[in-house]
Amino acid sequence: MAPHKKTGQQTITFHNPPVFRGNASVAGPKEGQGPLGRTFDVVLSDTLYGEETWEKAERKMLAGACQLAIKKAGLTAADIDFMMAGDLLNQLISANFTARDLGIPFIGLYGACSTMFEGIALAAMLVEGGFADHVLAAASSHYDTAERQYRYPTEMGVQRPLTSQWTVTGAGAAVIGHQGTGPVITHVTIGKVIDLGIKDPNDMGSAMAPAAADTIIRHFRDTGRKPSDYDLIITGDLAAVGRALAEQLVKQAGYDISENYTDCGILIYDPAQDTHAGGSGCGCSAVVLNGYLVKEIMAGKFKRVLGIGTGALLSPVSNLQGESIPGIGHAVVIEAD
Amino acid sequence: MKASEHEMQKKIYSQMVARIKPKPPLVRNVTGAFFFGGAICTLGQALWNFYISVGLAKDDASAAAAATLIFVAAILTGLGVYDSIAKYAGAGTIVPITGFANSIVAPALEYRREGMVFGVGQRMFTIAGPVLAYGFVSAWIVGLMTYLFE
Repeated sequence: MAPHKKTGQQTITFHNPPVFRGNASVAGPKEGQGPLGRTFDVVLSDTLYGEETWEKAERKMLAGACQLAIKKAGLTAADIDFMMAGDLLNQLISANFTARDLGIPFIGLYGACSTMFEGIALAAMLVEGGFADHVLAAASSHYDTAERQYRYPTEMGVQRPLTSQWTVTGAGAAVIGHQGTGPVITHVTIGKVIDLGIKDPNDMGSAMAPAAADTIIRHFRDTGRKPSDYDLIITGDLAAVGRALAEQLVKQAGYDISENYTDCGILIYDPAQDTHAGGSGCGCSAVVLNGYLVKEIMAGKFKRVLGIGTGALLSPVSNLQGESIPGIGHAVVIEAD
Repeated sequence: MKASEHEMQKKIYSQMVARIKPKPPLVRNVTGAFFFGGAICTLGQALWNFYISVGLAKDDASAAAAATLIFVAAILTGLGVYDSIAKYAGAGTIVPITGFANSIVAPALEYRREGMVFGVGQRMFTIAGPVLAYGFVSAWIVGLMTYLFE
């Protein structure tokens, strides 16, 4: 017997769509100055956030976002059945250490920058499957912690190429429940790891675009929907270069998304902020989804949104050993209640 | 998917990326590197002239000028200014001795939080290490040649 909640090859349809009970976003100062600054719940005045290290600052953001999302849902930590979170740092120290402090049963996730969407997809499945009443999904990234792990020390004088993206300092969290009012999650399309041979770690948009496109195309084929069925199609952090590539790749498969497609990494910064291609990192889609998108859906601006969290699955080791950069994209359909 | 088909797909995609990818602003980068790099070298010459004028020998004046440049670059790195200049200067701030200073001071600052031994001590040469290693190798080869053929 085929699983009755599955549609097509990679999509899950929720017959009792799980609900976003509470969403929270904590963003860094640069993100706060960006075009979406007003949509974030908390904006840091500096990137250390009163802590001794950037790693601690990242954890404080993540904990803050989790606590605020739980509070907005009208719940306490004891009401949350599971927490699912991840970040970019080795051994997921931001998520693991935050879970230690929150004391909620924890499932650590690594989907690189797709983690927020991966978490929401899994949380929705747990809730709709009847395994949990409330699940907390969260993700974070921090410019300085990511930069020192993946690239150069932050004070190092380097000229960043135009394809490079700026890791978002921010954390987002969402409480997903089986009832209540709020935007609902109707479908999830789990992506495949796709690698078309891009090796340049300064061009992650190009590395991730094929995976994003593959998931978008698969979503349309599985559901029989078309781009115009959505008010907005938004990828996580492809930024300017990756966005253009994804649009072309999807078009080659016969779907024109140019009318209503954008990317969180493009929305989050103003071109004058000199981030080059745009934003990236788990925090990018996490703060845009939990800050801007959910608010706009609740305000009635968007009725149905197809969001695709995108991740570049590289490590500094794989990169030095000459491996190409695999990408992944997970799609979630969010509708107004 | 067959391996050959995947290779074909990769090839087509890399051509697509090459069309879309923004080209580096070569003229701007080269101009920036020329003027900033030139300015640093001019400053070095001025320092050398100054040390000569106060009575230092030629070799000592060179060493003193280099030390001053390193000192200034280290201070600017610590103040968080050097990387902002480098954004415009590119190779102009990397190639002169100031870039070398920056590449040691930046990780030393960065890894201070991991402790003095395994943080600062170990990591301060993460960028400069290869320069030093291959610098020593080249110096050794040149030394050997000089010894053999002079």
